[in-house]
Amino acid sequence: MRNETVLILAIVVFSLVIGSKSPEFFTLANLFDILRSSFVQLLFALGVLIVIISGGIDVSFPIVGIFAGYTAVVIMQKFELNGESLLIPIVLAIVIGTLLGGVNAIAIAGFGIPTLIATLGTAGIFRGLMLTLIGSSFISDIPIALDQFSTSDLVKFESATGTLVRLHVLVIPITLITILISLILSRTLFGRSVYALGGGVEPTRRLGISVKGTQTKIYLLAGALSGLAGILYVSLQRKANPYDLAGSELDIIAAVVLGGASIMGGYGTVFGTVLGVLFINLIKNNLVLLGVSSSWQRAAVGALLVIGITLQAIGESRRNKRRRALSESEVESSE
Amino acid sequence: MLATQTAEYSVKDIVKSFGGAKALAGVSMSVSSEEVHCLAGENGSGKSTLIKIMSGVHAPDSGLITLAGKEFAHLSPRQAVNEGVQVIFQDFSLLPNLTVAENIALPTNILKSSKIVGKRETRKIAEEALGYIGVDIDINSPLVETSIASKQLIAIARATNLGVKMLFMDEPTTALTRKEVNKLFEVVDQLRKRGVAIVFVSHKIDEIQEICNTITVLRNGEVVAEGLMSKFKAKEIATAMTGSEIATSRIAPPLGKDSRSLLELEKLTSKNTFDDVSFSISEGEIIGLTGLLGSGRTELAEAIFGKYPVDAGCIKVDGKEVTLNSPEAALASGIGYVPPDRLTQGLFLEQSILRNIVAVGLDRQRSRWGAISKSKLAKIGSSWISELRIKTKNPINPVSSLSGGNQQRVVLAKWLSINPKVMILNGPTVGVDVGSKREILEIIRDRAQAGMAFLLVSDDIPELVQICHKVLVIRHGKISKEFNDKQISESAIYKELN
Repeated sequence: MRNETVLILAIVVFSLVIGSKSPEFFTLANLFDILRSSFVQLLFALGVLIVIISGGIDVSFPIVGIFAGYTAVVIMQKFELNGESLLIPIVLAIVIGTLLGGVNAIAIAGFGIPTLIATLGTAGIFRGLMLTLIGSSFISDIPIALDQFSTSDLVKFESATGTLVRLHVLVIPITLITILISLILSRTLFGRSVYALGGGVEPTRRLGISVKGTQTKIYLLAGALSGLAGILYVSLQRKANPYDLAGSELDIIAAVVLGGASIMGGYGTVFGTVLGVLFINLIKNNLVLLGVSSSWQRAAVGALLVIGITLQAIGESRRNKRRRALSESEVESSE
Repeated sequence: MLATQTAEYSVKDIVKSFGGAKALAGVSMSVSSEEVHCLAGENGSGKSTLIKIMSGVHAPDSGLITLAGKEFAHLSPRQAVNEGVQVIFQDFSLLPNLTVAENIALPTNILKSSKIVGKRETRKIAEEALGYIGVDIDINSPLVETSIASKQLIAIARATNLGVKMLFMDEPTTALTRKEVNKLFEVVDQLRKRGVAIVFVSHKIDEIQEICNTITVLRNGEVVAEGLMSKFKAKEIATAMTGSEIATSRIAPPLGKDSRSLLELEKLTSKNTFDDVSFSISEGEIIGLTGLLGSGRTELAEAIFGKYPVDAGCIKVDGKEVTLNSPEAALASGIGYVPPDRLTQGLFLEQSILRNIVAVGLDRQRSRWGAISKSKLAKIGSSWISELRIKTKNPINPVSSLSGGNQQRVVLAKWLSINPKVMILNGPTVGVDVGSKREILEIIRDRAQAGMAFLLVSDDIPELVQICHKVLVIRHGKISKEFNDKQISESAIYKELN
């Protein structure tokens, strides 16, 4: 069975279980809430997906995100830029995220440092730089446009039971970005090079693909996505806290891996990642409804990550067995 | 797609040194289109360096490269591709996670520097390429699920797509069965007829004689023999490669009259894999086991080593019935096993030669306190290095620094060092050059004379003929024929196999 199918089944089963315990679960309001809490994570996850397909791993993205978001807000205030513009902070954050991604690219493509170690190191550097040079204080009066954006709803009405049903306008750009990344991965030479790289570095090089060039593009793109995710996070939270997002790498990496991306590289789909993010959010937001204490959330997500990787390993060994059987039958049929 | 008139691809007086060592000392070779040229030589003779120079990976120190009339002092990889030089490496350089179609079409897209890759176009490119060489492979299946023989053909299809005019094939038949080799040769012959100059790199002399028109033999970076294939006898090629006469006659050591039986299989059966297999090996006896890929020969060998489940029958070691459900149990009963794929199964490539040799026997070297004496290990390791003539400057170098033949000796040393009663060798000379092969066979013979029992699982019929007391042919999981001493001959075994 395909990974995506398993995930859809898991989402359906989990939803039915929660729905049977609490009727509010199957409401439009709740669905929209889950979507809203998934936007930022999905952006981060798309960046992580590209990195993981290429055979790498990135643990610096939450810091890159908050660094970009927080710094954009600080710059807006310090230079008294037009607080009514939504575009300026977003562009600033994307630029900052891309620059930080560039640092990762230099470490990984330039110096050839293993990706986990490189991003672990840069995460520490970025965090230290932000707290000492940019600032370490909580900012609650973020620029007005960012603040207002948090309540820009595409759909907003009161349901029959009196609860407010809101669908955030972000659903449109996030959907477009998701489709765009999916097209990049499946239809462009760059995207196929990412898969090739995950399949093997040496064969990729022999094909005439620039390994360093591809890696550089990957980490720049991941940085840009993280920067955008960071500023949207700040906007949706209506505050800029430099200590936020730390630790969210667990949720995101778990979502991407559960979505079927192989931690060894070479495999992974955008659709799977979308499902992975939704599933993780479903679990995190609704465990409480099942009577599970919220302190168990991290344990649950951690367990899911381990389960996801175990399933991958089992699938791999099954494939191996089938392959063996296949090559034997091939020999027999040729006799 | 390909050149139509006869073209000449040659190198002249190529010199290439690495550090102080001369890898090529003035090599000249010429290959024309519509010819299959054999490039033969032992490991380290300079074959790979020559391939790398002609494909633009290395620049020569001096000399001239001429490709269809164009002269180059050196080539860049891109230039080489543009001039139609393609190399099929031993590992094929294919990407396991992509589909067959993409593996074939991706390089074409890169060459055209198209930014967008259409799925339909990809399939079209792949279908055309496979059709061109006349093979039928499902292009939508992931590459991991294709057989080694198919991978070879996919790599060839990919090369034709890039406008190949000169094709290097590095040891293309290593992992293929005889049937698959025949198919490969058909394709090679077809390419030749269409005007591709093919350079066939191989150790297997019978195959070279079958497919090649001309030959160049390298030894220590120099051309030691060249000319029309028909002018050479098999023995002469082997002699040119090694620089010494090689015995191809039988060298099986004499068997003691009343040697006791060390390993006995009685009606060993594993569902769907092998069935009712019985034989025994006595002290000092070398038994050969051969069969096509998928015949169950590897599974049978692994079953004796406790790695493959057995459903019925029994195994006796030294007269006592044993239950072998794990390699540990097999080891404890005195059975050793050298797997076919030394790179992934038999060696820790980045660890030192010394550590690799002592890796299996570590338990036996423990002192009373459980500590392992480094100096003792060094002594054991060094004695094996000299006994098996492993060529290395320093035993603490990683195994990856050794040539294939020497790596194989490290694997042998590792298992010999625990002195098993019965040693199972699966493809002990795969990918090993003629000289190393002879030495490995001599090592096996010497050990057998000292009383060790051997089960030699191999594709290499000449090798089985040379060294075995008895050869068993397995077919669909059953021993279909048993050849004893004087009945053993290459032609008889081939006949039984095909």
